[in-house]
Amino acid sequence: MNDMTINQHSVQAPSAGDINPFAGVDFSELEKSLRRPRTLIDLLMSGLVAAMTLLALIPLFSVVWMLVWHGGQRLTLSIFTQLPPAPLEEGGGFGNAILGTLVMVALAALISIPFGILSAVFLAETGPQSRLASAVRFAAKVLTGFPSILAGVFAYGTLVLLMGGYSAIAGAVALFILMLPTIVLTAEDAIRMVPAKMREAAIGMGATTTQTVWMVLLPTALPGILTGVMLAVARAAGETAPLLFTALFSNYWLFGGGQVDLEQPTASLAVLIYNFAGMPFENQVSLAWVAALVLVSLVLVTNLIGQAFSRRQIHE
Amino acid sequence: MTDPSGGTQISQPPTRFQQVVDVVFRRLCHGFAWLSVLLVAFIVLKIATAAAPALRQQGLGFLTGTTWDPNTGQFGILPEIWGTVFTSCLALMIGTAFGVAAAIFLSEGFLAQFVFRTLKVAGLEFHPFFGKLPDQVQAFLKNLIELLAAIPSVVYGLWGLFVIIPLIRPMCNWLNLKLGWVPFFGTTLTGPGVLPAVIVLSIMILPTITAISRDALVSVPAKLRMAAYGMGATRWETILAVILPTAARGIVGAVILAFGRALGETMALAMLVGNANRISLSLFSPANSLAALLANNFPEAAKKDVAVLMYAALVLLAITLFVNIIGSVILERASSGLEGRR
Amino acid sequence: MTNIKRDKKPSDPCGVVQSSTDDGAKTDGVVIDCKIDELYYGTFKAVRDTAVPVNRNKITAFIGPSGCGKSTVLRCINRMNDLVRGFRFKGHVHFRGKDIYHPSVDPVAVRRYIGMVFQQPNPFAMSIYNNVAFGLRLNRYRGSVRDKVEEALTRAVLWEEVKDKLNKSGLSLSGGQQQRLCIARAIATQPEVLLMDEPASALDPIATMKVEELIRQLRRDYTIIIVTHNMQQASRVSDKTAFLYLGRLIEFNDTDQLFTRPREKQTEDYISGRFG
Repeated sequence: MNDMTINQHSVQAPSAGDINPFAGVDFSELEKSLRRPRTLIDLLMSGLVAAMTLLALIPLFSVVWMLVWHGGQRLTLSIFTQLPPAPLEEGGGFGNAILGTLVMVALAALISIPFGILSAVFLAETGPQSRLASAVRFAAKVLTGFPSILAGVFAYGTLVLLMGGYSAIAGAVALFILMLPTIVLTAEDAIRMVPAKMREAAIGMGATTTQTVWMVLLPTALPGILTGVMLAVARAAGETAPLLFTALFSNYWLFGGGQVDLEQPTASLAVLIYNFAGMPFENQVSLAWVAALVLVSLVLVTNLIGQAFSRRQIHE
Repeated sequence: MTDPSGGTQISQPPTRFQQVVDVVFRRLCHGFAWLSVLLVAFIVLKIATAAAPALRQQGLGFLTGTTWDPNTGQFGILPEIWGTVFTSCLALMIGTAFGVAAAIFLSEGFLAQFVFRTLKVAGLEFHPFFGKLPDQVQAFLKNLIELLAAIPSVVYGLWGLFVIIPLIRPMCNWLNLKLGWVPFFGTTLTGPGVLPAVIVLSIMILPTITAISRDALVSVPAKLRMAAYGMGATRWETILAVILPTAARGIVGAVILAFGRALGETMALAMLVGNANRISLSLFSPANSLAALLANNFPEAAKKDVAVLMYAALVLLAITLFVNIIGSVILERASSGLEGRR
Repeated sequence: MTNIKRDKKPSDPCGVVQSSTDDGAKTDGVVIDCKIDELYYGTFKAVRDTAVPVNRNKITAFIGPSGCGKSTVLRCINRMNDLVRGFRFKGHVHFRGKDIYHPSVDPVAVRRYIGMVFQQPNPFAMSIYNNVAFGLRLNRYRGSVRDKVEEALTRAVLWEEVKDKLNKSGLSLSGGQQQRLCIARAIATQPEVLLMDEPASALDPIATMKVEELIRQLRRDYTIIIVTHNMQQASRVSDKTAFLYLGRLIEFNDTDQLFTRPREKQTEDYISGRFG
């Protein structure tokens, strides 16, 4: 401490009679300086986490760049209408895989949306504190961390063995298991987020539980519920593992003789990418990149729609 | 007055129909809640019963055997268990370091401050458009990290095959040449192997770690932060001494959940790990994992081998279930603990 | 359509709350007879020994310091307390001579006859029009919903302000407008009784004035029970006042009597501002 200068200063101050409150403080101590270790460490650490965060984003940019670079070159309309090429064959597309993905995800959504929302209504409204409710929440959490391939194993063990073959239905069931927890948990959150006073208002007017749910809670929670549905759809659309040995793959359209046949092996974008990526043929590999571009665009657009919905959710 | 409804009151007790609908709807919700619990129980039970024949036939030797040969009927999954745990642990180390760093970077407002200072230099910090920039940039960065989670794993696999492997191969082989005596660098990288799988896996679990850790960091009560700053701590002294310890449980929970995800991740490993039944410490050697084993063998499995695969699936189920339950218990404790302190 | 005369109460067609006392002769009689011997939330005894008869087409005010149980009593009257876990209650609430806590009575039906306005304005996240039409739809109203909506909004002195934006969200209105919207929503179905739980406490003075004026106007057609912690408000709007303290009814009398010549020492202390 450099007391001398301070004392001198206080003597020179006009109000010499008062006690200088700053006596004993070296003002140079207050200056910011990089020579001080704590300041330097602070700066270095900040730089480090900034660098690590940016580094973590490089893969994202790299993936997007590669998709656009490799996939964009071959992205034509015929990709969407043609069937996968045989080895050493030129051209081709993957229209059947896009259709297969859409059909299976739609089927899975068709089961999981009512299933998930009704369970969520139970969790949030008709029995929130019951033991069953904690069991449901536990089940949903278990399913959230469930390896996706095990959903496939389950669908294989029940449907594929039972029906005697790979099918779009088995694929859809596997995807349904993966979609369910997301829908249940986000829908419960969304319903809970509806301000309690609105719920009270409806009950105070003599609405039955069902009327409260359908006329007030679900409409108000709709954006949040749709966000959950979109996230679940996006996840399901990108899943490969559960489809590998449930829907398998097919080089043909889902339509057999003019009608949709859900009981046969079905192509999907994700499995197509997996299959073609491992092939030693340039044509197939480049198709895999195009398919990846299409799949990522599909998933990202669905995600973005979901986020757009989430901004419209009403909070308490 | 002339009431349009013909003199009767508007208020009516619920009609019979409304009452019936109410009861039916409640029962329906109740029923679906039961169904979702039963579904999980059924899944576990289904896999377990399908595995039962193999469990009886192979016994616990299945877990320690090292060969997988459908022709001779010899099955063992020790290499797969090793590969699963080895790759997941390595991926977890990388993913945690970067994930927590990103969580700190995102939760402590570094970027927003940096943008603000930059704007201040230009004198635009209160500009109606540019003034909003700090928050927007911050939110944008958070969304970008979340986007990492949105990319399907098969696309990461594709990217790993055609970008990561060619990129790291020269470096790996150089390491093997110079430091070949270190067990981790014991072999050359010829194609797929542990390291590419680990890199891709760590990228895939990073968003999970970042998102949950960030939640934990953000929910550290502001008064603790203020207390530390008020005593003259620097920003990093505050982060390291107050904020990270307070959020530690949440971060640990995040890491464990991410571990669960890594253990169960299929595609990145099936495409990048090399599918070789080998137990090796080398980062460059091909290996295998439980999920990859299932993915590769199920599609062409003969009827008699299905039970063996189901046994492997059951092992994977048990491991991931255990890890996930521990993770969610820790997270639950973490959030309830913070609320108690508030 | 703005003036509804309810000289003669039509009888309840479905019989849920039907009673022999419901006839023209009893126009000024007791609509609600609320007697609470003991009321518990879990193990906490919230209210005891409180009996308040409520007269038709009068405004009855509950006053008392916060935490005295006045809102609890109010919520008993349309069975909103049923939603609270651990709620137990000994006593009775007679609505037109029938006990609404009788096991055969559907609480949902009770709430359709006894409307409620809450402390916080709580419009639904839907259009202004649909907010008001909500109760009509609940009750399967078969007449012209639009007329009833206009009528209710007019009675709630909100029509002029919102008639051009009926399709806007109810949440877009100011706090005072939202509260009047909630009153319009409650009176659209013309319930017998209107419960108001500190309806003006979340509002600014000007909005409060408007809501109070509205309450005075509604007296002609409705039986109103209002909870307030504001004694001036009680003396301005109510006909009868009940003073509750520590979960017990201390005094119940005509409002001018209670404020000018309180019988009980505690009432006098409270209204003269010595505590509370």
